[in-house]
Amino acid sequence: MSVATAFFYLFSFITIASAAMVILGRNPVHSVLFLILAFVSAAGLFVLAGAEFLAMLLVVVYVGAVMVLFLFVVMMLDVDFAELQKSMRRYLPVSGLIGLVVLVELVLVVGSWTVAPQAVLSTPTPDGMSNTAALGQVLYTQYAYLFQAAGLVLLTAMIGAIVLTLQHRPNVKRQNISAQNARTRAGAIENKQVPSRTGVPVP
Amino acid sequence: METLLPLLLIIGKSLLLLILGLTAIAYYLLADRKIWAAVMLRKGPNVVGPWGIWQSFADMIKFMVKEPIIPDGANKGVFMMAPLVTAALALSAWAVIPVNDGWAIANLNVGVLYIFAISSLGVYGIIMGGWASNSKYPFLSALRSAAQMVSYEVSIGFVIITVLLCAGSLNLNDIVKAQDTQWGMLGWYWLPLFPMFVIFFISALAETNRPPFDLVEAESELVAGFMVEYSSSPYLLFMLGEYVAIITMCALLVILFCGGWLPPANIWPLTEVPGVIWFVLKLTWFFFLFAMVKAFVPRYRYDQLMRLGWKVFLPLSLAAVIVVAGVLQFAGFAAQ
Repeated sequence: MSVATAFFYLFSFITIASAAMVILGRNPVHSVLFLILAFVSAAGLFVLAGAEFLAMLLVVVYVGAVMVLFLFVVMMLDVDFAELQKSMRRYLPVSGLIGLVVLVELVLVVGSWTVAPQAVLSTPTPDGMSNTAALGQVLYTQYAYLFQAAGLVLLTAMIGAIVLTLQHRPNVKRQNISAQNARTRAGAIENKQVPSRTGVPVP
Repeated sequence: METLLPLLLIIGKSLLLLILGLTAIAYYLLADRKIWAAVMLRKGPNVVGPWGIWQSFADMIKFMVKEPIIPDGANKGVFMMAPLVTAALALSAWAVIPVNDGWAIANLNVGVLYIFAISSLGVYGIIMGGWASNSKYPFLSALRSAAQMVSYEVSIGFVIITVLLCAGSLNLNDIVKAQDTQWGMLGWYWLPLFPMFVIFFISALAETNRPPFDLVEAESELVAGFMVEYSSSPYLLFMLGEYVAIITMCALLVILFCGGWLPPANIWPLTEVPGVIWFVLKLTWFFFLFAMVKAFVPRYRYDQLMRLGWKVFLPLSLAAVIVVAGVLQFAGFAAQ
């Protein structure tokens, strides 16, 4: 067994085990932390497959940004999970049945999966080109319109999120940075000659 | 056997780097305190050994033999994991940093992205520590730090992209080699990309929670930030992780903008000096700048910090990506 194979089994085991812990964990924060572990080991699998650019993107985007916000929300929420699990047990027969059906379907699909014999098996790294360069070449030429469309979808989602959450509340004290920066010594400081033993009246 | 040998070689290299790196960290920490003291006209640590050179080791032994205290209400597993995560992540970034031509444990094709990913993971140590302490100040500090680090990562990312456009590679070794021109230090990227260099330096301060952006541990508001409940070895690990992250950022500044191991000019006596020495000299210079900033810049207000990140650095660096890409494309400098 080569080192790469050993690492493949290690990363796969960690991915599956931590994915299981995400749904089995009692503490939601632990679940999120296990989800992060699952993402990181999935990135390890990407590296072993030769797709190092995707691996790093997975870590930067999902683990570094998305999951931080996820963790934020879960830490702030005060959810009684014992209560949730009680109702979960009530729906267990139905959800279990649905899960079973999906599992059987997946097994059927994957089991009968064949690659067309005339199809060229694609590899993540073409000859004489790094993984990143290869990805960039198809993304910005062949799929440029789809790429732009994906960007537009994200932009729409972003504007939607801002519109939904932005509220202009009155009576909120805001910092006016430009006014603060425009202050000069002359406008901010006043020297007063204080006569001895009298003090100055407070305005 | 042939599978085991490279593995052992990597382990050996890592251990060597770890020992040298941690010893260097001890002296960088001392230098930080000495520089800070000198600016304030104090002597700084001067009792343990001549000029206090054993101070960091004395501190280390003190931290290690103290009793680690775990608060009653803490989430024990996560509480103990947090410093480990911080220290391990910070150290693992050094796997790809080339200190000389090809002198890196792993010469990754996506080295820059790897470091970027690792430094964006650094926030987890802080969030986990802050949450698991089950105490108000650490939690507030963790929230602050997460917002701060996520904000400044964005502008760091764009600055890195401008450098990548110029170098035409994500490999740290190739980025340094791309700066090897006949003009010596004037050909390094700090000159053509000077505004980006400044933005990267300031963002690096924010990303590592250094003053003036150390709102995470603003002692006047949050006692000691997310580390309030930590003591002895776990605290030591947090401290270590923080300093390793600072050195990593300095190393990144050296590699991206100051020609890594290259000598400042291609003339005879300078080219004979080993590349490692140039690298360490440049690294130390940037660490000196970090220490000086800590010594004489007052702390930012939180809203100023957020404004600087989102309203100043983000538009500037985004515009720079477009300008640099345009110039490279239409002036014919584009890397092939």
